[in-house]
Amino acid sequence: MNWNWEVIFASLPQLLEGSLLTLELVFISVLIGGFLSVPLAILRTSENPLVSGIPLFYTFFFRGTPMLVQLFLFYYGLAQFDSVRESFLWPLLREAYWCALIVFTLNTCAYTTEIMRGAIQAVPRGEIEAAQAIGMNRYHLYRRIILPLAYRIGLPAYSNEIILMLKGSALASTITLLDLTGMARTIIARTYMPIEVFFAAGCIYLLLTFLFIQGYRLFERRMMRHQKPI
Amino acid sequence: MKKLLFCSLLLLLTSGSVLAEKIRIGTEGAYPPFNMIDQDGQVAGFDVDIAKALCTRMDTECVFVTQDWDGIIPGLLARKYDAVVASMSITEERKKAVDFSDRYYSNSLAMIAKSGTNIDPTQLQGKSVGAQRATIAADHANAIEGANVKLYDTQENAYLDLNSGRIDVLMTDRLPGYDWLNSEQGKGFEFIGDAIDIGDQIGIAVRKGDKLRERLNKAIEEIRADGTYQRINAKYFPFSIY
Repeated sequence: MNWNWEVIFASLPQLLEGSLLTLELVFISVLIGGFLSVPLAILRTSENPLVSGIPLFYTFFFRGTPMLVQLFLFYYGLAQFDSVRESFLWPLLREAYWCALIVFTLNTCAYTTEIMRGAIQAVPRGEIEAAQAIGMNRYHLYRRIILPLAYRIGLPAYSNEIILMLKGSALASTITLLDLTGMARTIIARTYMPIEVFFAAGCIYLLLTFLFIQGYRLFERRMMRHQKPI
Repeated sequence: MKKLLFCSLLLLLTSGSVLAEKIRIGTEGAYPPFNMIDQDGQVAGFDVDIAKALCTRMDTECVFVTQDWDGIIPGLLARKYDAVVASMSITEERKKAVDFSDRYYSNSLAMIAKSGTNIDPTQLQGKSVGAQRATIAADHANAIEGANVKLYDTQENAYLDLNSGRIDVLMTDRLPGYDWLNSEQGKGFEFIGDAIDIGDQIGIAVRKGDKLRERLNKAIEEIRADGTYQRINAKYFPFSIY
């Protein structure tokens, strides 16, 4: 086959423009999803089945269905109901951008909730008992002992989730958004050079992941500095 | 000896292909009424009926392979199938990648909007215009100055967003548009403006240099002559679309 470098170079500006949308979607959804996951994870560890049941149902649904299906149901499905189109939420829901952002957030939040739940449950019993022994109340127990330890325990698994999210965000292209993948597919429609353009897009994803991993490693090292040998 | 081996190998290959010749037809299956998946999960529609008639004419067995639209030419080149009968427009750009048969129908573009919205088809600045990605309709939508163009993976998704009001105008091929307007979902929508003639001829794509092309051309001529084509046409449209 004839490998066409020109197409790759010519499409780079547009692909980079698409990457910005990809980064924006991933950054915001991971940020909000991360915050929401903490209270949900605490509820998930409750011994009362009624309290832990609600977040369990939520994470079960979002972890148990493909994100593509969630995105389609949310974007195309909801819009078919008159009541949704007439509601005050329609100005938001009619935009593909917000639909993608909401679904991505709910999705990553579900996974992060389960990561955090596992991490909270892995906090050594002795640390909690020690905190209780010196009379910490529940708020302080979580704020000072359980959550800081759980964050550190969950860190490695969490970087996985963010990387999966970065790649999963390619699905935004199925609802008209011009993210990195959407831009690539639009360029392919014009040039009929899928291999070259997807190769370029793949390289950009790889680069983004690489930069993320490097940054995350520094972050992880800082968070774990108490374990460094002196 | 070498020559003999070569000859027998050649004989083996050619006889093999005659005996078990099966043509694989690639189609999209999401472009009613031309190609779609029917209630039994089988491909159906005008394209499929034409392809079957051509195969009967060529005395070969046909198998259908469905493939998403934006991967349909790459799939042909990767030999996932031998011919694309998927309402594909013959364009100069595509001709760089594939060969086309003679046309088996022609198409024009049209715009669809909600009835009574009085959208002027020449004044689309600031309007949301939808079209299916990688189609001529998409090129035309992109050429509208000031319009906010949205591109969809399938025509069905574009219809869904027309229904929900996310797009004001759908730029589409006239014939499937006609079919949709006559369906349950198309109620309350209408064509706006005249059909846009784009000299759009629909052909069958084959790999470059594939002899299949001449056989398809001959078969198209034959089904045109013996009335098979007209029967299939009448099944879908009350007017000739050749």
